[in-house]
Amino acid sequence: MTEPIFHEWQNRSLDDAIYECRELFEDTAFPTVQRWRDRGGKIVGHFQVNFPEEIVHAAGLLPFKVRGAPIEAVQADSRFGSYLCSILKTSLELALSNTVPLEMFVTHPICDAARNLAAVWGRNVSYPCQILYLPQNPNSPHSVIYLRGEYDRLKRSVEEISGAPITDEALRNSIAVFNENRALMRELYEIKKNTPWLVSADEAYVLVALAGLIPREEHNELLRSLLLRIRARGFRTQDKVRVVFEGGFCEQPPLDLIRAIARSCYVVDDDLLIGLRWLLQDVPLDGDPLTNLADAYLEKSSYSPVQHDLRKPKEKMLLARMRHARADAAIIMAAKMCEPGLEEQVAYTRALDEAGIPYFVGEFEESMTSFDSMEIQLETFVENILFS
Amino acid sequence: MTQTHDIVGRGNRDGAALFQSWFTELNQTAESGGQAAYVFVMGSMAELLRVFDLPIVMPEINSLQTAVRRVAHEYLNQAEDYGYSPDICGYVKADVALQLNRGKHPMGQIPKPSLAVLTNACNTYIKWAEIWERMYDIPIFTLDIPGTRASGAQTWPGHPDFENDRRYVLVQIKELITVCENLTGKKFDIDRLREALQHANVMSRGWRRVLELNQSTPSVFNALTDGTIYLGVSNGFRGTPAGAKYFEDLVEEMEYKAAHGIGTMTDEKYRLLFVGVPCYPIFRRFNELFSEWGGTFVNSTYLWFAAGGVNQGYEYDLDRPLESFAEGVLIYVRNAMDSMFYQEQALAHMIDPFQVDGVVYHPIKSCRTVSTGLADNRRALMAKRDIASLFIESDMMDRRVVSEAQLKNRADAFFEGLASRRLAAR
Repeated sequence: MTEPIFHEWQNRSLDDAIYECRELFEDTAFPTVQRWRDRGGKIVGHFQVNFPEEIVHAAGLLPFKVRGAPIEAVQADSRFGSYLCSILKTSLELALSNTVPLEMFVTHPICDAARNLAAVWGRNVSYPCQILYLPQNPNSPHSVIYLRGEYDRLKRSVEEISGAPITDEALRNSIAVFNENRALMRELYEIKKNTPWLVSADEAYVLVALAGLIPREEHNELLRSLLLRIRARGFRTQDKVRVVFEGGFCEQPPLDLIRAIARSCYVVDDDLLIGLRWLLQDVPLDGDPLTNLADAYLEKSSYSPVQHDLRKPKEKMLLARMRHARADAAIIMAAKMCEPGLEEQVAYTRALDEAGIPYFVGEFEESMTSFDSMEIQLETFVENILFS
Repeated sequence: MTQTHDIVGRGNRDGAALFQSWFTELNQTAESGGQAAYVFVMGSMAELLRVFDLPIVMPEINSLQTAVRRVAHEYLNQAEDYGYSPDICGYVKADVALQLNRGKHPMGQIPKPSLAVLTNACNTYIKWAEIWERMYDIPIFTLDIPGTRASGAQTWPGHPDFENDRRYVLVQIKELITVCENLTGKKFDIDRLREALQHANVMSRGWRRVLELNQSTPSVFNALTDGTIYLGVSNGFRGTPAGAKYFEDLVEEMEYKAAHGIGTMTDEKYRLLFVGVPCYPIFRRFNELFSEWGGTFVNSTYLWFAAGGVNQGYEYDLDRPLESFAEGVLIYVRNAMDSMFYQEQALAHMIDPFQVDGVVYHPIKSCRTVSTGLADNRRALMAKRDIASLFIESDMMDRRVVSEAQLKNRADAFFEGLASRRLAAR
């Protein structure tokens, strides 16, 4: 087996291993990108939320999740207008500053702003940039056939980058790797739900986020090792409120914000980096791999404010998520200037009001550094629940 | 023989009358409790909905009318009190308030939706329709229309990727027909669709010709002011005999003006392109910031995308109406999206034939679809062509982010620069 590009966690205690994971996650130089490239590896960057990484993986390339960073958009700021979310700007900054060199960039029509990215990036970098048109009418029976065609188009684009055809066998192998990865992440979320005192919200978040930074085989090995040890932790339960965090599907809240929440709450479920956990079940290995991936995207998937599906009214899905996680309250956040997130806040809070479920509403930005005021408000909210 | 006073200005007069008649019909529908379809300007599917005699409501136009009539703030405030953020689309918020007020609108009462048909040309359409779904529990039909995947990468009939998209759109249109049949109790009549497509063809041909005729010197209409009237008819009367006749008359008027050297009201000194969405809260005054200096807008991307992309000129093949309708919808809605995301190439190609002196970019807070890439687009255009440009931000609905003094300062400086350029070129 080749040397891993992220090895610092190996042969370390659980706490030290998680520390190394956090160090990697917070490193805005994205060192694993350079390590991959140093081996001659190529990279396809894919913007939030969901992307069929298996197709890129099957070509032997690294799928890199473009999710912005807490950095200053020195060059990128002048490419955009005033009233936009931060993730657009910092993501482009990573490209313009050559911090994350790519061979190809793919965005999706998840929102009005993000759908501009293929054009904006395409005018500013020399590698191919495109939109993957994931279906916005999943209620049409034809959408699986359409999406299979769209995945095939993407596959041909990736083949041009890799210089070699992607075989069905390679796709099935990649699907198997990702199936294992999804199963491990489901296991992590079961721990969060059933024994949340064993893993804090920020620890779990970092462990998931690394999936977008390193090869999935490595991520599988990391999770296999750490989950075993997390389960064996001797921690005891504390007086904390069980909450669901909603609003982390695209731009990511700062890790310190998640840590602040974790100080008073057990985050028993969330939509943080939901794209990495979009598929809820294993993708079948028999049959046509692209059809299986398309079918899974449409029929065996989670929900988010940026996918329209008449079968998944978001507020009802949130209530179901809360019931399933046995949550007492909800934290409903939105990234500043995130139109889908801000619009969904209204539906969420009205549904929670009707159901009589307490909730905390707020906004965040990936680069914010002060959480004192929010943490005080949150503590008050939690105390009201604990002592009511 | 045509008399000048009969023909010049006819488009504006007839357009205003048609526009009023549209809202009168909507008011009657609301009062009688009749069915109505809510649709959007990019991919309205009007041609198909005519077959089922469904009156068409365009919430974007309802909303912008509240701004033009200077009452938008009342609607925005009510929606924000309801819970909507100041940072989301003003059109959506004005409509939320309109719905909360049982359709009360400055131009009459707007009927409730019986059906909403939307495309993905703007993602906010989707979120907007979800609000109606919650309010009214009505059928919501999202017609998913894949757009251009990368700059210059449009595919055309016969290409496997285009055919994958076309089949998807065609199947969805057939599904929409079933929804309309169930809603109205009327059977789909392909001959009526053929008629609507024929009227739409006349309009598309006319729209394309009208835009082309503004290459004349002086320009025959102002793309920002007059153009918005034509746009209203294009959207509200697409697929109707009245709409087709209007555009035949409009072409006649513009050809007459071009032949006789009759320009707009402005003493034309500078010919400008407008990129973005108009500033409706101060619509007339905004134009005056330019017309006072002799500036007139000879074309605008707004007249492309807000017309649903029909400026592209696709005409339906009436021998295969349904298939051609799907193909046309795919091509012109894609064109509308390209007009927002990839417009720098089209703008660069217009500078010479339209004898353009400057380009005015007007990104707005409310609309990220249009505004996100404009700063970068401007950089790209500047790199391609030596052309003056102005970049000013405000809003299409929210007067709280419209600073007239700042806009005027910027416009004045822009024209001083244009004058200096002209002097230097002599």
